[in-house]
Amino acid sequence: MKKNLWKLLALAVVAAMTLCCFAGCGGDDQPSNQGGDNTGDQVFKIGSIGPLTGPASSYGISAKQGAEVAVAELNANGGVAGYTFELLAADDQHDAEKAINAYGTLMDQGMNALVGAVTSVPCIAVTEESHNDGLLQVTPSASAAQAAQYDNCFRICFTDPQQGQHMADYIYGQGITKCAVLYDVSDAYSSGIYEAFTAAYEALGGTVTAAESFATGDVDFKTQLTSIKNSGAEGLFLPFYYTEVAYVANQSVDVGLDLPMFGCDGWDGVIDQLNGDTTLVDGSVFLTPFFANATDEKTTNFVAAYQEAYGTVPDQFAADGYDAVYAIAAALEKAGSADNAALVAAMHEIELDGVTGTMTWDENGDATKDAILAKIENGGIVPANAE
Amino acid sequence: MEFLAQIINGLSLGSIYALIALGYTMVYGICKMLNFAHGDIIMVGAYMLSVAMATLHFPPFLAILTSMVVCAALGVIIERVAYKPLRNASPLAVLITAIGVSYFLQSSALLIFGSTQRKVDAAINFPSIQLGELSISGNALITLIVTIILMVGLNWFINNTMTGKAMLAVSEDKGAAQLMGVNVNFTIAITFLIGSALAAVAGVLFISSYKYVGPYTGAMPGIKAFVAAVLGGIGSVPGAMLGGILLGLIESLAKAYISTQLADAIVFGVLIVVLLVKPTGLMGKKITEKV
Repeated sequence: MKKNLWKLLALAVVAAMTLCCFAGCGGDDQPSNQGGDNTGDQVFKIGSIGPLTGPASSYGISAKQGAEVAVAELNANGGVAGYTFELLAADDQHDAEKAINAYGTLMDQGMNALVGAVTSVPCIAVTEESHNDGLLQVTPSASAAQAAQYDNCFRICFTDPQQGQHMADYIYGQGITKCAVLYDVSDAYSSGIYEAFTAAYEALGGTVTAAESFATGDVDFKTQLTSIKNSGAEGLFLPFYYTEVAYVANQSVDVGLDLPMFGCDGWDGVIDQLNGDTTLVDGSVFLTPFFANATDEKTTNFVAAYQEAYGTVPDQFAADGYDAVYAIAAALEKAGSADNAALVAAMHEIELDGVTGTMTWDENGDATKDAILAKIENGGIVPANAE
Repeated sequence: MEFLAQIINGLSLGSIYALIALGYTMVYGICKMLNFAHGDIIMVGAYMLSVAMATLHFPPFLAILTSMVVCAALGVIIERVAYKPLRNASPLAVLITAIGVSYFLQSSALLIFGSTQRKVDAAINFPSIQLGELSISGNALITLIVTIILMVGLNWFINNTMTGKAMLAVSEDKGAAQLMGVNVNFTIAITFLIGSALAAVAGVLFISSYKYVGPYTGAMPGIKAFVAAVLGGIGSVPGAMLGGILLGLIESLAKAYISTQLADAIVFGVLIVVLLVKPTGLMGKKITEKV
């Protein structure tokens, strides 16, 4: 009797799970001929792949919402080259295999171009598929080199080496010729920036007086900071995420280290992490792809539209997603048709004036754009571009 | 000068390890079990401090006391629910249970407090002392002093009070202790109570130095403190102190003068050498068992 009960229960669980799967599919399966009905225009379908559930979901959701804002704006302005746009979103849960499945689903729905994948590993997997199809793929935020390895793949965000290069230029440009670096040796992102920074900074004539490292999860940096203090450095470059930056900022006071600090886009969020107490990092400058407080018209419009739709201030992923859609729209305008090869060729010819900067794309598909530098001042962030 | 500064860094790191190791070594010494959840009780203590100060607006002293009481109660409950039923089971089963409790505490914190680290306003905040170019963190100094006081106090308690003597008796032979009229359950509960209250103190001091607490805050310091306890001779209270300080010094000096990347390898290398030469640890006693 008891055994039968268990079987019944197991069956019920399986049935429930199966139903959930179908329900999930149903949600994504939007009727595909809806977008342009009323105008009689053709519909250009932009697919979007990113983690919408799971631990990395905040990135994917931001990028998708940014893309949605862009699509809504483009349609409100009457579309581009006779096309209106429709966004088809699919979830990859930050998993390469699910990203491939999502790609297949989107292709079945008639995708014309892809925004995604949002994170590096799924993106690399998807490039293999999109390369076979010759489809235009623009990743908002996958920074690994291989994420744009084929001719049909482009990216909006900086690559890790680009960030190192930009910060080397900036720090040297500030008259600091002796700089120390602390980086996370167990993280490809941090080490990637560090290596590019050192190469670029030394090429400019600067000296890296101390290159200290730690591993993800460490909370005590006093030893490294003491070595840096005694190395005669005039500046400190910290290419890692804001959680560790907060530790470093607190502990530099303990060891009596007082140097101007510089960071990378992982610093986004550092003010919240410090509970708004920014005296520790006041005057620090970090590179960011997007600056929500900027006062130019494009950014204010985007921030207002995004806030109205989702109730929060857009982060860099949202801005990257937004620009990715506009890049595709610009390519479509240039090409004049939704032909894959024409779209890909057009990407190299366009110049996009986006919320993450004015950019063109080089032969590798990487965006060439000015770095936006942000300075922490009096508890807020102000632009710090030297020009 | 730099060498002196690095020694101070090592001492400040080491005193945190030593403080955590005290609780580890005490529970092991009395109950002969490795309480892998010890590190996570530190995390609970830090969260309790944050809740008491930020949400309930308790003054620092009361907040520290609250944190100690909650952790002590938690320690006793964990012992009653998870470890007591396994008292006669194989040590391996107890070990696995301890790891399970550790994951349980981490996941509960993740559910309740979320995955982002929260900043805790320090309950204890002493300014740095400036000696010429040398800067000594006030909190590190306090940690060292508190650790020494607790070590001496704990040692005295175990060797000189009735409860302490009961603990020693239980650690030697539970059955015989019971026959002599020692209440074994009560004694083990007291051991966990003191051990967990010590963990709360460690949590408070840890958070005063490092400012941030997350669900996994206790994991790494817990492991390092375990190494410190083994290095000093697990079961020995002064050994835990010595092991912790040595571990901190070796780690700091290895990072400063050899390589930051090899520091952990060097720390564990030293541990292996010590265990090869003296398997009971630096101050561990060799117990000959009559069969």
